Amino acid sequence: MSLTPEQVRSIAHLARLAITAEDEARYAKSLSSILDFVAALDRADVTGVTPMAHPLADLAQRRRPDLATEPDVRDQAQANAPKVAAGLYLVPKVIE
Amino acid sequence: MGSDLHTKTLAELGALLNTGECSSVELTRLFLARIDRHGKALNAFVTVTPERALAQAAAADARRALLRKNGEKGSPLLGMPFVHKDIFCTDGVRTTCGSKMLAGFVPPYDATVVERMAQAGMVMLAKTNMDEFAMGSSNETSFFGPVKNPWDLSKVPGGSSGGSAAAVAALLAPMATGTDTGGSIRQPAALTNLTGLKPTYGAVSRHGMIAFASSLDQAGTLTHSAEDAALVLQAIAGFDPRDSTSVERPVPDYHAALARIAKDGIKGLRIGVPPEFFDQGLDRRVAQCVHDALDELSRQGAMVVDVHLPNLAHSVPVYYVVAPAECSSNLARFDGVRFGHRAADPKDLTDLYMRSRGEGFGAEVKRRIMTGTYVLSAGYYDAYYLKAQKVRQLIAEDFRRAFERIDVILGPTTPTPAFGLGEKTDDPVTMYLNDIYTIGANLAGLPAMSLPMGFVDGLPVGMQLIGGHFTEERLLGVAHAYQAATAWHRRAPQAFA
Repeated sequence: MSLTPEQVRSIAHLARLAITAEDEARYAKSLSSILDFVAALDRADVTGVTPMAHPLADLAQRRRPDLATEPDVRDQAQANAPKVAAGLYLVPKVIE
Repeated sequence: MGSDLHTKTLAELGALLNTGECSSVELTRLFLARIDRHGKALNAFVTVTPERALAQAAAADARRALLRKNGEKGSPLLGMPFVHKDIFCTDGVRTTCGSKMLAGFVPPYDATVVERMAQAGMVMLAKTNMDEFAMGSSNETSFFGPVKNPWDLSKVPGGSSGGSAAAVAALLAPMATGTDTGGSIRQPAALTNLTGLKPTYGAVSRHGMIAFASSLDQAGTLTHSAEDAALVLQAIAGFDPRDSTSVERPVPDYHAALARIAKDGIKGLRIGVPPEFFDQGLDRRVAQCVHDALDELSRQGAMVVDVHLPNLAHSVPVYYVVAPAECSSNLARFDGVRFGHRAADPKDLTDLYMRSRGEGFGAEVKRRIMTGTYVLSAGYYDAYYLKAQKVRQLIAEDFRRAFERIDVILGPTTPTPAFGLGEKTDDPVTMYLNDIYTIGANLAGLPAMSLPMGFVDGLPVGMQLIGGHFTEERLLGVAHAYQAATAWHRRAPQAFA
């Protein structure tokens, strides 16, 4: 399995990661070696095996009452935001 | 007071606090001074919080004085100093997860683990350095630079809980928290001569613990002894409604379990030793240490049973599909909008996302996000992710079958002692193979420990114990029995003695 720099660029775009052209070549090499390594899974016989989604097989997802239980920490939370105004998160203009 | 307080275990320090032979303020000052003196050389800490620690220590001393006046005994953890891995959110204290992305992030709440340890009266001294977003096996991916191994400053301490391990091994704190997704508690514990415990998946809340791979992540402890691990597990284990995968079941009395083992011994314990743990990658001197440890446990009456884990060889490939897939999804939240790093002068929203993430994440994190994005992308999902989930099931079934015949599995924690800084950074696959013995327990959600079991070339090596789901009592008991008869876990690096 060998990824091209073009394929890496498209994966990086899907992941919304800006990478340099120099990085593309580097990641093409290391991602290809990772994919070669995990290709060993082809040797396992998984006929009729149920995929495992959770480490504790018999655990069901819990339900909880639909109640507001968390305190209001909006100001503290927004203190971490790169750009806010009037309690709103600011981003570059989306609609022309 | 004597000058050897920093060499004591939590259990020993707790006894001294209880009798009033030392105070929490005294202990806190002692460890803060040691952090001040040695922290920089090891690069073990991201943030040190002395004022907060001394205030908590004074409060703990006041509480203990009140208890004593009423003729009551406090918890041995009341007033006990320790350090948190910088992956646990701490209300009002910067939490970076070892990343530039979160270099300025101050959480508005405490992780459940943080809250429970504070409720027990424990005193946080600092937040420890770690591999960025817990992705690494050498603590070399941290934005804040690599951590060094106190046993040899040219070696890695292991990762991702490398700062936590270095801090406790160098006696800069008597205990540290860690997290373990593929070995991130056990591997650094092994490489620094500590006792590392990764509890059963769902035993300790993940709420407020910054997520890497949610079906694998589990919080645990790095301590000098199994007895200490039991003390802290008692405080942090148990159901938490804020974690949807937290398991509702009563928390056993771990201390009583240890006392039981100390009294009754381990006669008749069935120890499974899978040949798959003794493959060609294992340093034969490490293998020799495992055999010596088995001899000790056999002397105490344990029986060694042959078991096979035929699919264990697939565990690293399975992990490097499942973990990156979950990571790519979990780390999608870092978008440069609500918190975390934002690129300057974005020209549109896509540019904002791409450059903020491109600048905020380091090389290994980006590599894993891209691996995950690829294995989950249309056309590749079945071949990689679904296939890995099926092989994961086979690995879990191997363990299930084994535990029908045995009580614990024993093997090495790592194939070799600590390797050199920079030695494995060029090839990710070589680095990933370091976790070959530890990943299986995460994939199957099993509790596992690493214990000091000897030295190779002057560097510590660890043995691993793995148990069935929710058998922490037994694991801790076996570890306690081993540590009662051996002294490896009491060795400390000369330079920090």
